[in-house]
Amino acid sequence: MAEKPKRLNLNQKYQLMTRGLDWETTYQSMDEVFPYDRYEGIKIKDWDKWQDPFRLTMDAYWKYQAEKERKLYAILDSVAQNNSQLNISDGRYMNAVKIWMQGVTPLEYAAFRGFAMLGRGFRGAGARVACQFQSIDEMRHYQTQVHAFSHYNKYFNGFNQYSRIRDRAWYLSIPKSYFEDAVSAGPFELITAISFSFEYVLTNLLFMPFVSGAAYNGDMATTTFGFSAQSDESRHMTLGLEIIKFMLEQHEDNLPIVQEWLDKWFWRGYRLLGLVGTMMDYMLPKKVMSWRQAWEIYWEDNGMALFNDLARYGLRPPKHHEAATKEKYRITHEFWSTIYQFSHATALYTWIPTTEELDWLSAEYGELFDTVYRPRYEYWQELHEKGERFFQKRLPVVCNVCQIPIFHTMPDDPLMNCCLVSEYKGTKHQMCSQGCLDIFNREPEKYCQAYIPPQQIYQGNCGGASLEDYRKWLHIKDEETGEYYGSEDHVMWEQWQAQAAKPTGVAPAS
Amino acid sequence: MSIDIKTTKIEPRRVTFEHIAEKLGEGKTPSRYQEVMFGLQHEEVFHYRPTWDPGHEIFDADRTAVNMGDYEDLLDPRRYYYGTYVIQRSRQQESLEKNFAAVEKRGLLNALDASLIEKIRKVVIPFRHVEWGANNNNLFIAAYGFGTPITVAADFQGMDRLGNAQYITRIGLILSNNDPAILDQAKSEWLDEPMWQPLRKVIEDSFVIKDWFELHVLQNYLIDGIFHPLLFQHFDDEVVANGGASFAMVTEFFVDWFAESMRWADSTIKTAVKESDENRALIGGWIEKWLPVVSQAAEPLAGFIFADRSSEVLERISDQLAARTGKIGISARAA
Repeated sequence: MAEKPKRLNLNQKYQLMTRGLDWETTYQSMDEVFPYDRYEGIKIKDWDKWQDPFRLTMDAYWKYQAEKERKLYAILDSVAQNNSQLNISDGRYMNAVKIWMQGVTPLEYAAFRGFAMLGRGFRGAGARVACQFQSIDEMRHYQTQVHAFSHYNKYFNGFNQYSRIRDRAWYLSIPKSYFEDAVSAGPFELITAISFSFEYVLTNLLFMPFVSGAAYNGDMATTTFGFSAQSDESRHMTLGLEIIKFMLEQHEDNLPIVQEWLDKWFWRGYRLLGLVGTMMDYMLPKKVMSWRQAWEIYWEDNGMALFNDLARYGLRPPKHHEAATKEKYRITHEFWSTIYQFSHATALYTWIPTTEELDWLSAEYGELFDTVYRPRYEYWQELHEKGERFFQKRLPVVCNVCQIPIFHTMPDDPLMNCCLVSEYKGTKHQMCSQGCLDIFNREPEKYCQAYIPPQQIYQGNCGGASLEDYRKWLHIKDEETGEYYGSEDHVMWEQWQAQAAKPTGVAPAS
Repeated sequence: MSIDIKTTKIEPRRVTFEHIAEKLGEGKTPSRYQEVMFGLQHEEVFHYRPTWDPGHEIFDADRTAVNMGDYEDLLDPRRYYYGTYVIQRSRQQESLEKNFAAVEKRGLLNALDASLIEKIRKVVIPFRHVEWGANNNNLFIAAYGFGTPITVAADFQGMDRLGNAQYITRIGLILSNNDPAILDQAKSEWLDEPMWQPLRKVIEDSFVIKDWFELHVLQNYLIDGIFHPLLFQHFDDEVVANGGASFAMVTEFFVDWFAESMRWADSTIKTAVKESDENRALIGGWIEKWLPVVSQAAEPLAGFIFADRSSEVLERISDQLAARTGKIGISARAA
């Protein structure tokens, strides 16, 4: 008769499952096996101090995730079967989803690969396993998103060529360069940038606008994958906090390095989110909240509270966060004005908000909106009505770091353009803000490599000198771009609405 | 008679994304697998060189000497994307869980002959480190490989190996009545017992290989192709023949898993071999280089398990692998 097994609780069981799986290599040196985890200067004395944030075994992971996938795909099938695209709030809304597919989905893919690098790269086994789970989760996210958007692509423009424009389009170099900046850095900076600065500090500012925005606007496919991804995201947030604490507890020399990364990645993430804020203020026909309000809740309240907690590790709030807060009244309007003028070179449609929407913006943004941005929109609306829809004919100067056209204004003067210059090896580089200038000056060798779209276009590297050539190079057709009203999406949407309004019993036009 | 439900019919503007239509031909509806395999990896306009490898782009075809006109040809015959992968694995874990529960509840493993238990302990439990090594190597392929199909499948393969290592751990804990000392002892044997050293050396050498396709051949084709049959086919049979049918209940997953992972390894390597004579020569060279090393690494372990039958067992494993190699389009055999 066998002796009675010792009882183990779940945590002990988990600990044993991965206990001592790794080993100190002797036939090859550890530095050869893990060549990348020391050159950034982060010092780790004891990888065993890593607290595994997930405590997931593979069998549990397969089980939970399979349950989620079964539900998700049942709903995606139903979206297609029931033509749920008919239920969105307005045809304009779909442009928010286009931004996600063009700009965010490719980052999910890159995150899958980037976290695989970490899942191989850290010499601590616990950290490696945590990153492996995140890697496969990110793979899940890019795949479920492609599957969700695939249905919309059948009807709406702007999804069709996402794989082509992802690398090439000027406005998509904003998210692309952001992520490549992180992946081309060392492993500790990558995980700080993505897991902490983005997934922990700023994630609500991405997820809330998009997923709540989708829910408010009748987009069942996006809402479903968003909710389904939520439990994955909370795992990733835990990893973000764990890595910061771990680095800071391991060695005091790590603090200044981590602080510099937080300064950099806060600003980089904030600039990227300007695009998201613009989407939420302008592309959601049914509003969830304004960017200003979201910034107050998720950064000024929650973000600052987090940094108060982190003060015991010696961290201070990231540099230039005050400037970001000063910009909260204007950043989305400056951004929309830019996309509006340049949308003939995007796979998006833009428009002037309706009077009700302008009133909502006035209420949310107050005097500055009424004196600066609203009159501009009303003027452009007049032009449009006269048949002279305004498009910018020239190319903008683009920030050498965040790659956003330099429409930004001085933190204390919303009427004064902000363009800062740094000279490196005889070439002048333009930046949009003190935040981006600092980032450039800290690693000029890195940022002078950046592929700056307008410069490349003028050099003739993007298909040719004319707008038509450029659009052709982007695989964007004339009818997929520019003004929303009168566009193919708009005409189709109006037909659907007319059809829905017909009395029942009338055969639908096919 | 059929039921006729009227629904709104709306003509779609297009069937699929432009890059997929170009690949499959206009008007063809892609499968969900194809939709998420094609056109996902960033191809151009890389902004910064990696600080950890300035000689390459972030994603770079030059990280292997194997040349493919289109790296997206390296498809997975199982057509796994995330959803189908986790659903398939969750089914398998459900059935394995039942086996484990039955074995645990009725103490079936511990009822085996003591010498058999000791053999399982010495042969199977240290193998969790081999699986961990395979996890490491497949994550390398997922990270630095080129093209979505091979990197996605390698990521699944890597996670599978973590799962394998954990299932082996569970077998160990059953044998020891949850005393973790069994794991520590297995690790010290892995590190010090002469029987394991040639294999540990191959695995550590694999950790520093920079060409991900070479690593794929070494890990997923050769190491697995010899050691999985050795443990979970021949040793399994041996245990079962000696009254240990319950052991086969807890190793069932490894057998199923190896059968399908083999299909993936064979198919991807075959695709690369068929692509060009250069690839054939290159991959053939890797097999010639590594096969003898891996085969020799199996000898002490096989000797321990099978004693005087060991060369016969190794011969059969080697024949099996040679038959696979032949089908892939390469003639190579251990010296």
